[in-house]
Amino acid sequence: MPEQQVVLRNCGVIDPKDLSTYLARDGFEALHKALAKMTPQQVTEEIKTSGLRGRGGAGFPTGLKWELAGKASGNHKYVICNADEGEVGTFKDRYILERDPFSLVEAMAIAGHAIGAQKGYVYLRAEYHYLLDLLENAITQTRKKGFLTRQGTSFDIEVREGAGAYICGEETALMESIEGRRGEVRYRPPFPPSQGLWGQPTVIDNVETLMNIPPIILRGAEWFSQMGTQQSKGTKVFSVSGDVQKPGVYELVMGSSLRELVEELALAKDTKMVQVGGASGRIIPYAKIDTPLAFETVLGAGAVIVFNQSRDVIDIMCKTMEFFAEESCGKCSPCREGTQAMLEILNRFSKGQGSGKDMETMKELANAMMLTSLCGLGQAAPNSVVDTLEHFTDEYQAQIKNGV
Amino acid sequence: MSDKTLQKITSKHKKRGGLVSLLKEVQDEYGYLPAEVMTEVADSLGISVGEVYGTGTFYSFFSTKLLGKNIIRVCKSVPCYLADNQSVIRAIQKQLGIKPGETTEDGEFSLQLTNCIGACDKAPAMMINDTVYSELTSAKISEILSNYR
Repeated sequence: MPEQQVVLRNCGVIDPKDLSTYLARDGFEALHKALAKMTPQQVTEEIKTSGLRGRGGAGFPTGLKWELAGKASGNHKYVICNADEGEVGTFKDRYILERDPFSLVEAMAIAGHAIGAQKGYVYLRAEYHYLLDLLENAITQTRKKGFLTRQGTSFDIEVREGAGAYICGEETALMESIEGRRGEVRYRPPFPPSQGLWGQPTVIDNVETLMNIPPIILRGAEWFSQMGTQQSKGTKVFSVSGDVQKPGVYELVMGSSLRELVEELALAKDTKMVQVGGASGRIIPYAKIDTPLAFETVLGAGAVIVFNQSRDVIDIMCKTMEFFAEESCGKCSPCREGTQAMLEILNRFSKGQGSGKDMETMKELANAMMLTSLCGLGQAAPNSVVDTLEHFTDEYQAQIKNGV
Repeated sequence: MSDKTLQKITSKHKKRGGLVSLLKEVQDEYGYLPAEVMTEVADSLGISVGEVYGTGTFYSFFSTKLLGKNIIRVCKSVPCYLADNQSVIRAIQKQLGIKPGETTEDGEFSLQLTNCIGACDKAPAMMINDTVYSELTSAKISEILSNYR
């Protein structure tokens, strides 16, 4: 399936500092259409019909999220854009924000109309501080044009910066952080559409998800839902890194094959395995390189890290688990203790001191973490270990201490 | 440290929800989160010192130890590791005479290893303060660091 530019339609085409260049590309036409010709329910219905699902990795149906928040009662409602892109190997949101901040502002205003919110937040990771001016400039130019005002009420957007914490990309930890606290995840339910930021109904969407909103409103749900697979509509933006000749950002129709992305576009050679979805993603051995990229198979937030034949699987797993052990927020024990214990065992293997029993222990531990962790971090942390234990068993066995 | 500096910061953030933003300003202004400042921040927001300290020690961009004027954060995540960030880290260590987690005696540089900074397409990468440097080689290090001397 081909490359197609929906999300990246304006990237490299408009001047991200100049609203007029965005207006020349139908900028804010979708917002005007939504405000003038569509009720909030109609907007939400259009997004629901399009089949758009969250691009931050979880794949929750966006329109359903909006509907729940729209119907929930609350004194205030909030729209949050999750720009806390921290997944290892992911940089597509940075790429988008650098090149087309206006689409994001427009999409948030449309979401505000759909759910009845007066306030939006962009939560920008601390590492992307250099994008703050660009983003605030886009908001200011839009506000000055009067595009954020509607029928007497207004919608305004504030950028909040993180302070260095991977977990704040998790929606409830992110809200805790905006509320000025430690970025620890919340128990759910209640879910954000009923009780989110400051206990009020909140819609929280990833940067890439929001980028799809203006074209869906302008061109219609039917146009959008023609692209992709049964359960994954539209396109996906991938961040490709690792052992490839052309690392970078690629937008493909959902359902395209992993081979097309890493071999034909990013020019990978001599590939051993690919990690799809970043540190928390799945490991695809080369034998399965024709796997289609979609929610029903493998996707995550679209981080694609390619490893060639020279790479040591155990070494990579140690690095990956070290990441989770550091970034666990510490609130629930399966994740806080599980990541540490898993790292300890992996380190034994890297020193050639593993045992057959250790391999079984890792599987049991992984199962416990996946079932009992409070949020996606602990649930997904063991993914790559489980996959490599299955596909690269011999590499673990080679690191088993003699006679144990 | 002057009380005026702190007053200026606390007067901007009167609400509990502003704590992370407030601490960011304290970190920038003082180079760390001094214990007495955290106490004053707690008083100004009407919350416990524990809450301020808990928040201040949660995020990696905050430090309770005085950091150097320039903070070098070298990405240690997998894509940068695949692109030999080890040689970059070694070059910085050699040049500055400090290990990760340390600050130079003259207080100019702190060296830290950090998780993914979203520059994997141009690995290996690092940040010095808010600026990203990518496609690094050990040869590029001395030139980059000389800009901060």
